[in-house]
Amino acid sequence: MELRIRENMDRTVRLLVKTTGFLIITVLGGIFFMLLWNTVAFFLQIKPLDFITGTQWNPSGDPAAYGILSLLASTCLVTLGAMVIAIPLGIGTAAFLSEYADKRLKSILKPAIEMMAAVPSVAIGFLGIVIVGPGIAGLTGQSNGLNALNGAILLAVMALPTIITVTEDALQGIPNTYREASYGVGASKWQTLIRVTIPAAAPGILAAVMLGVGRAIGETMTVLMATGNASAFPKGFFDSVRTITATIAIEMGEVPYQTTHYYSLFAIAAVLFLFTLAVNMLGEFFVNKYKKYHAP
Amino acid sequence: MKRLTPVIEWGTLLLTTGTVCFFLVVILWDLAIKGAPALSWTFVTALPSEGMTQGGIFPAIMGTILLTLITTIVAVPFGISCAIYLDEYATDSWVTRLIRASIRNLSGVPSIIYGLFGLALFVQALHMGTSLLSAGLTLGLLSLPYVISTTEEALRRIPASTREAALAIGSTQFESIRDLVLPSALPGIMTGIILSLSRAAGETAPILFTGVAFYINNPTGFLNQEFMALPYHLYMLSTQHHAIEQVRPLAYGTALVLLIVVFLLNLTVFYIRHKHSNHA
Repeated sequence: MELRIRENMDRTVRLLVKTTGFLIITVLGGIFFMLLWNTVAFFLQIKPLDFITGTQWNPSGDPAAYGILSLLASTCLVTLGAMVIAIPLGIGTAAFLSEYADKRLKSILKPAIEMMAAVPSVAIGFLGIVIVGPGIAGLTGQSNGLNALNGAILLAVMALPTIITVTEDALQGIPNTYREASYGVGASKWQTLIRVTIPAAAPGILAAVMLGVGRAIGETMTVLMATGNASAFPKGFFDSVRTITATIAIEMGEVPYQTTHYYSLFAIAAVLFLFTLAVNMLGEFFVNKYKKYHAP
Repeated sequence: MKRLTPVIEWGTLLLTTGTVCFFLVVILWDLAIKGAPALSWTFVTALPSEGMTQGGIFPAIMGTILLTLITTIVAVPFGISCAIYLDEYATDSWVTRLIRASIRNLSGVPSIIYGLFGLALFVQALHMGTSLLSAGLTLGLLSLPYVISTTEEALRRIPASTREAALAIGSTQFESIRDLVLPSALPGIMTGIILSLSRAAGETAPILFTGVAFYINNPTGFLNQEFMALPYHLYMLSTQHHAIEQVRPLAYGTALVLLIVVFLLNLTVFYIRHKHSNHA
């Protein structure tokens, strides 16, 4: 083929792939614009202060109430519970994999954890109904065990693979000289892990936790199926709760197009979006900090 | 006391790891044991009947396959193309940094927000209605950031010398990518794509308002029709059905089929990785 044609082809392809790069910016921009547009439409009808400080979410009531606080509290409660369970388990497992397990054990455990990450959220939610729910009901005497604790346990299961994988990477990234220096002054393996390796990997571990939090906050199906979805303000882990994601999933299918109720669901989605954005940026901040410390 | 400390220390780590493994075993064991009795040839090939209490889940399996197919058609070409731009052509400019930041943020956006975006854009603004096409496009957008980042990672593993060798004998950059870089990166790209698709196949939230339905009697359906899907079917059978206890075995069966679909995709990934690592 003539050189000119080949060069033209190269230029065309360059332009084409560049266009798809811009497509990505457009998608994020589109999501941002959609949330903003509908949230503004919502705030033209409902005072922002009522939205932010209201504890009642009752869009079909008379008068309708659009307070996000109970939904936000539910989301935070379930996420907090999930992290209380997942962080110690995740760090412990990652430490075991990175510092103690031999190669053969690792080659079994790592794919197993990848497998856990692959289980669809709806299947986890289903197990919340058929296993965790009856379990909690049996222990507490509640009728079905669909409450914040159930959601927290399931979200912990969903966040664990992320936390374990990223934490293990962070621990592996610590140079062996750190450990050897610690052994050299007489520390045991455990003391080295607790006082040297984990603190040195702290930014990476924080990034892992942030990724786990991001996953838990945004998860829809498991909480929708397992937390009971009562829209009252939650008082504790044994209360039925209704998160932001579950509220969108329940109500969006039924609202008429372009009503206040319709806009309100975009407004709570915007709040959710901002939260996940903040959590992810925080995670990224820790990752960068980690990279700076351990640049080769 | 001193002799006990190492035992406690060891025990802590073993206990955490054991608990995590216990979770996984419970998930797999429960679904396998209680799902297996429901599986049969009729279960995967028959239509639901008697108000979902009898029959099979063929339309849901078909719907999930078609949906994943559309997701592939949307996410794979655009994803690979964008990854090629970022890894092969792009210079470090503010545009490139903006694209990378967008990809990172998009992969953190909750799936239900993709569902809202699909509803606002495809279903309403572009008048596609609640349909297989709307849902497939929505899932395509959701998979895009994963496809891009895994493809880029695969491309980055190809040494610069490969490209330089091609350029040195007079090929254009496009020719070096088409004939050398992409073929060598193919196993890595494939595994990334399959993993992204296995995620998409199990997603429920993004298709809730964009086209999934509880019952469609025409199993093949078409692009402009609503459809059934395995994850949504499981959700409806386990929470919304009028005779929940009666359909529990069917729900277990659906869950097991969904899990098998997802794990088969993941096994393919393990196979490709294993085969490739032997050659390297």
